[in-house]
Amino acid sequence: MPVGTLDTFPKLLMHHAATRGARPAIREKDLGIWQTWTWQRFADEVRALACGLHAEGLRRGNHVALVSDNRPQLYAAMCAIQCLGAVPVPLYQDAVADEMVFPIQNAEIALAFAEDQEQVDKLLEILPRCATLKRIYYDDARGLRHYKQPELRSYDDLLKVGGESLARDSTSIDSEIASGSGSDVAGMFFTSGTTAAPKGVVHTHASLLGPARTAAEMERLGEDDVILAYLPPAWIGQNIFSCAQAFVTGYCICCPEAPETVMTDMREIGPTYYFAPPRVLEALLTQVSIRMDDAAAPKRWLYRKFMGIAGRVGGALLDGKPVGILGRIAYAIGDLLVYGPLRNVLGMSRVRIGYTAGEAIGPDLFKFYRSIGINLKQLYGSTETAVFVCIQPDGEVRADTVGPAVNGVELRFSPERELLIRSDGLFREYYKNPDATRQAKDAEGWFHTGDAGFFDAGGHVKIIDRVKDVGKLSDGTLFAPKYLENKLKFFPYIKEAVCFGHERAEVGAFINIDPEAIGNWAEKRGMPYSGYTDLASRDEVYDLIRECVERVNADLAGEPEIANSQIHRFLILHKELDADDGELTRTRKVRRGFIGEKYGQLLEALYSSDSMVHVNAQVRYEDGRTGTFSADLKIRDAKTFAPAAATRAA
Amino acid sequence: MILSVENVSLAFGGVKALSDVSFDVEEHEIRAIIGPNGAGKSSMLNVLNGVYHPQTGKIRFKEKTFSDMDPHQAAALGIARTFQNIALFKGMTVLDNVMTGRNLKMRCNFLQQAVWFGPAKREELEHRRAVEQIIDFLEIQHIRKTPVGRLPYGLQKRVELARALAAEPQLLLLDEPMAGMNLEEKQDMCRFVLDVNDQFGTTIVLIEHDMGVVMDISDRVVVLDYGRKIADGVPEEIRNNKAVIDAYLGVAD
Repeated sequence: MPVGTLDTFPKLLMHHAATRGARPAIREKDLGIWQTWTWQRFADEVRALACGLHAEGLRRGNHVALVSDNRPQLYAAMCAIQCLGAVPVPLYQDAVADEMVFPIQNAEIALAFAEDQEQVDKLLEILPRCATLKRIYYDDARGLRHYKQPELRSYDDLLKVGGESLARDSTSIDSEIASGSGSDVAGMFFTSGTTAAPKGVVHTHASLLGPARTAAEMERLGEDDVILAYLPPAWIGQNIFSCAQAFVTGYCICCPEAPETVMTDMREIGPTYYFAPPRVLEALLTQVSIRMDDAAAPKRWLYRKFMGIAGRVGGALLDGKPVGILGRIAYAIGDLLVYGPLRNVLGMSRVRIGYTAGEAIGPDLFKFYRSIGINLKQLYGSTETAVFVCIQPDGEVRADTVGPAVNGVELRFSPERELLIRSDGLFREYYKNPDATRQAKDAEGWFHTGDAGFFDAGGHVKIIDRVKDVGKLSDGTLFAPKYLENKLKFFPYIKEAVCFGHERAEVGAFINIDPEAIGNWAEKRGMPYSGYTDLASRDEVYDLIRECVERVNADLAGEPEIANSQIHRFLILHKELDADDGELTRTRKVRRGFIGEKYGQLLEALYSSDSMVHVNAQVRYEDGRTGTFSADLKIRDAKTFAPAAATRAA
Repeated sequence: MILSVENVSLAFGGVKALSDVSFDVEEHEIRAIIGPNGAGKSSMLNVLNGVYHPQTGKIRFKEKTFSDMDPHQAAALGIARTFQNIALFKGMTVLDNVMTGRNLKMRCNFLQQAVWFGPAKREELEHRRAVEQIIDFLEIQHIRKTPVGRLPYGLQKRVELARALAAEPQLLLLDEPMAGMNLEEKQDMCRFVLDVNDQFGTTIVLIEHDMGVVMDISDRVVVLDYGRKIADGVPEEIRNNKAVIDAYLGVAD
């Protein structure tokens, strides 16, 4: 991997075209057949497009919006924009039109690429509010035949005109490419603006390519690797995986035929390098479970039997830990009969490196993939850090950490436990927002992530919560409610949990049981019940939940930093938390403060010595009527464990 | 004018399904046939593609006049249709089902097909390409290899449309393409019908019960009641037509 003068995306592209011109750069399934662009073809297309864009008036420092799913044309356009020293600004293709107004106004965007009629319609809708927007290039002409707007121009037309001008003069574009440098801006990524206006995160070629290169070297990625680009291109992760790392190593990117065909495409392509957020992995596992439940009895038996073996030895084998010969033989048979075919169905037969990130992943879910031989690992990063901050190295993979810092990344924790990062992958600034930039990046160049955590005994980073949500018990122990709640929610029986403990002596929890899981559990025991409230008040259910809570406590005892935040008492709420009642946000996050106030009476009882509390609550039915509900809720104590003594010093 | 129906009457024994119905269909238009249950809409469609043979009357299609025709003849002339209660091969994949729509366009004989290599293979690739374009057009890539029987109703309807389109028809007859669909599926289907009409220039005759759909997408509407034509015109006229309102809502005696 030569670095030296290859400090920008376009330079790398030209390098690949020269050194591995005939190798596949990007594939897309079109009309049922995988079509391949070689690096040479990719470079030719990019140069022609760049000439076309230059003729359209695109200059150094201008911004160009791109609204498209993963397509070769999208990546060609992005690189063409970079050739001219201009800045691609990919936008989420599923955003509504209104959400595109701010980025376009903010970056004074004149040119935009839109994939198809849907995206063109959105851009045309906001055109009156975006005075700077002059031109929209569309790729798929379907449905656009009768559009007469002067702003519209087809991608093919741009490419053709650009190609003609390239044929006349190919040296000026090459000198444009040569005049770029690593410190130029390479891309801008808008953070989602759920609470405030979105912020444009500005990255240079160096800040994108640097971490991409480091991570690629660490994982030994090379030109033989293949990745399926199926997450939104406006998300920096997809950009790193399908641009930066591909450009650094020369591996091949594959674009799915349609969003619905990702599973099939994955099976056909067999990527070697894979990223999936926990929710995708969970959905896949659910599919597998459902199909296994439908399978014939012998198959179900085989599956249960061998998944048991995989659970015992699979992870250890992957980590290169010693495993007895019998275990090895059993696993080899299982691999032949179950794990291999399963990996094949998942399209993961060839996955060498799989990453997951974005939220906490359940240990069982994580273990499932590892046990069937898929090298799934966690990483930590954000838009501002160009993804790679922490990666779990092979052999040091754990479900509850995100791994140690990647080479070249400095980490430390502030006194408030906030994770601070300094690396060459940090963003340059928030576009036109010096205040926000100053807040996020201090004078010494430390980026404040807003995430709270600590180093575990092995030097891995453990992220526990957002800094603003982290509190302290009255004895000064760190109290990270979300961390505890996640640990509880990893049990299938627990749907939601709300933990309290800030400025209190010990931690208490409200639990919402999962009515389906518990309902099944009850049915298997021949336990009749009438509904959620009935289930929630059963002693058997309380015992079941207590076991879960105690397992969490046992787990916490092993983590010296937070061992004291074990859950002492809990109660099962009489109703399911609901967004309609303001208890959850629309994205189903618990609103702890609100719940604490609304159920103040319960909270009080939780911290008293009572084993029962009378609740008189107002409930709102789905048809909008309200009624009152009164019942006695039980409160139970859970066993706590002495912290693992050896490391208590921390 | 691509099609005209002149004074067609159809009776099954003593039951008069159609009496003296005449209307025409312009090239490229979307023509709706509406009417209450039992008005003779499906019978009309069956006459158009030769399933039923009317006792009297004539049908002119592309300057040729027929008193009756056979379904295979209609298909060869460029008339394709979908059915009210889906008529797909349930055990076959979507791809194979759509491929059957190309049947009339296959030129290789039995022997060549048996050998497959050579002309039959070349031809199949050509047809597969055409079929893939339709699959892409109707956005059913994700179910390409799924047996039709396993698909939800809305998608089966779309597959049926795909098969009809595979024949590259000039005239497409759709028998209640949106029946039993939810709102979203209906909207999708409307978009596909409009796109087919626009992109391929296919003339479309459709029967539909959803008045909103009919009024939105059709250029002209024929209204049948008890086998007779009671109105014919652009949607706006039909909406305000006294006879139509009476037929649909009943008349106060």
